[in-house]
Amino acid sequence: MEALNDWERRLEETALAPIRRTGPRFWAVVAFLLAVIGWGAYAYSVQLRDGLVVTGMRDRISWGLYIATFVFFIGISHAGTLISAILRVSQARWRTPVTRMAEFVTVVALVCGASYVIIDLGRPDRLLNVVIYGRWQSPIIWDVLAITTYLTGSITYLFVPMIPDLALFRDRLGGRTSRWRGWLYRTLAIGWNGNAAQRRSLASAIGVLMILIIPIAVSVHTVVSWIFAMTMRVPWDSALFGAFFVAGAIFSGIAILIVVMAILRRAYHLEEYLTEKHFVYLGLLLATFAAIMIYANISEFMTHGYKLREGVEFHFRQLFLAEFAPLFWFYLLGGLIAPIVIALLPATRNVRGFVAAAALVTVAMWIERYFIVVTGLRVPLMPYEPASYAPTWVEWSLLAAGLALFALLITVFTKVFPIIAVWEVAEDHEATVAGSGTVQPAPETPKLAGEVG
Amino acid sequence: MDDDTVMGAAPGQDRECADAPPRPVMDGSRFDRRRFLRVLGLGSLAVVPLPVLPQLLRQAGLAEARPEPPHGGDAAHTRDGRIRQWTMIIDLRSCDGCQSTGKPPRCTAACIEGHFAPEPMEWVEVYEGELPGGGTQFVPTPCQQCENPPCVNVCPVGATFSTPEGTVLIDQERCIGCRICMAACPYDRRFFNWGNAPIPPEALLADYSAEHQIPAKKGTVMKCDFCPDMARAGTLPYCAQGCPNGAIYYGDLEEDIATNGTALVSVSRFLSENDAYRLKDDLGTKPRVFYIPGHGEAVGRDAFTPDRQPTEWPWMERAEGAATWKR
Repeated sequence: MEALNDWERRLEETALAPIRRTGPRFWAVVAFLLAVIGWGAYAYSVQLRDGLVVTGMRDRISWGLYIATFVFFIGISHAGTLISAILRVSQARWRTPVTRMAEFVTVVALVCGASYVIIDLGRPDRLLNVVIYGRWQSPIIWDVLAITTYLTGSITYLFVPMIPDLALFRDRLGGRTSRWRGWLYRTLAIGWNGNAAQRRSLASAIGVLMILIIPIAVSVHTVVSWIFAMTMRVPWDSALFGAFFVAGAIFSGIAILIVVMAILRRAYHLEEYLTEKHFVYLGLLLATFAAIMIYANISEFMTHGYKLREGVEFHFRQLFLAEFAPLFWFYLLGGLIAPIVIALLPATRNVRGFVAAAALVTVAMWIERYFIVVTGLRVPLMPYEPASYAPTWVEWSLLAAGLALFALLITVFTKVFPIIAVWEVAEDHEATVAGSGTVQPAPETPKLAGEVG
Repeated sequence: MDDDTVMGAAPGQDRECADAPPRPVMDGSRFDRRRFLRVLGLGSLAVVPLPVLPQLLRQAGLAEARPEPPHGGDAAHTRDGRIRQWTMIIDLRSCDGCQSTGKPPRCTAACIEGHFAPEPMEWVEVYEGELPGGGTQFVPTPCQQCENPPCVNVCPVGATFSTPEGTVLIDQERCIGCRICMAACPYDRRFFNWGNAPIPPEALLADYSAEHQIPAKKGTVMKCDFCPDMARAGTLPYCAQGCPNGAIYYGDLEEDIATNGTALVSVSRFLSENDAYRLKDDLGTKPRVFYIPGHGEAVGRDAFTPDRQPTEWPWMERAEGAATWKR
């Protein structure tokens, strides 16, 4: 018992550490990110003044980097909610230190992704027209609905399991921190005192939410794909598109989660809780989804390529042989094949290997999104010379600003909210300790551990 | 109740106790299940009014009373009261892409001058397409005015719409510039005001209407509007007027009549007897623009003489400080 209490105290200290201590490195990072965002704001002001003419987009390739980044961010938003919900539903014990970060990533990525749609608008001043004149027949409206629902759902899903930890912060930090923090934790803990009734309510609320969030998450990326698949452009004309996008979303979501975990683990010394096991498990999940992506790519390219309908030959040539070939082959080999190879080789089946794989996948999936948008629009519809598109400095600046905003929001989050689900980790730990003492056998833990060895 | 001992294991397992006898816990805790469900219920109720929000906004006077944008004018009727259905027939036998004039295609130029269309936009674009046996044909391509328009289907705000006269228009005062209609159009017939288009001074005097789209508005989509305002006034569209060979017929499907300014034809007879076709007919968009196959043979063009003249637009020099973008 003594050891257990000791262990819990250490866990609480680790969770509280980011809030208690803030070093100069943190401020340096924040200042850098703010500078990048500021530069992006300047670029956007130029775009507002002169119009979208400052981008590389023109009539024939009328969507570009912004829409690609929108799709990318909505994709990585599946990191959290879906992964943590799936792991919760399947009662995978090892998930507990991971879920909170995954849910952070979801909320932040959704905010970043949604802002790219507004950046891409020709008339952001008329944004309210979407509410005033919204038509249910338009895929854009489906998107607005799905994304706002998902945002509400994932904020709730982030918040509800966090209540006991917020109460912990309220109790541990009460009177010893700034006034607004005290107020924040008091308010958000909504009177949690950990009695039996509250615990039951919490468990059933989480039970409802984790089931509810899965269809919402799947629907979000499906309708994102329908923005493309509802048009008559040959490369987008596919019934597979929804499933393909969802698979890609979870794939890139796992990748970004591994990257975020690696960074936070180093920054906040979470080695005790985010162990090699977590990286290996997530890495194997990453490899699984790489396999699903390979399958989806093959079925997509086979059904299109075998028949070579009008426009498909042009599309395949630009992807595999001509303009886009180098980066497209990087996506296929570096983004889809490499993670599987890394997972198969014992020498690379470790933290370093999977972080490298995750970084590769993150880049490759952004490229994939970019190619879906740009190459799809580039296939000529009429007898004209194929157009070309290259993002301008404004677009690159806003991409950098979006990534910086993503990093900044996560950084700020870690300074305000518990980055580890303390109560869940503690419960898991108790159960494991108890389980080894043959009081409460916990079936999943030994089985999963056995799989990886 | 053995909940408290189970709680230590996993939160999910708690639900298995649902069939236990009613909970005796009424200890006044501030966050019990009942309260949570109530909050959840109220939360979902808050989402329900979303579909009626537009109506509420309209009733509150925050938005226009009518969801449809102004069409510019009332629909034209035949003598017996049927609404006219505007149509266009392009006789490719008479189109040589204006190679014989030594100028840019006159239909395109007339359209641009008439609409003060921003420089890189060619609402009527003359493509040089390949013929199956080699050689080329010229295909003037306006907006196809589809009866099943993919662009109208996808517009999130109803800024582009089909009129009772069967044309597809864009309300540039509602358009939010999302450009999904440009992705949806299978004919590449939509154009975006990427920047502040150079506008000649006289264009600024026009009253804006979706039927002539003058002046151009930054950040909105434009396209051929089929000139229904001109048809109602008894004139042909600019492109038909501009064509030196009379290749462009304009008329009314309802009354089955069309003209190129000199000849008068019965639409059904003219289409059937000359094997008319529509662009990408297999897509099911049902265009209102018909083509009669040819490569300019009626005006003496040889199909094996390719190339088309460079394009330079008539009013550019008049627009002060004109700055524009490449297509």
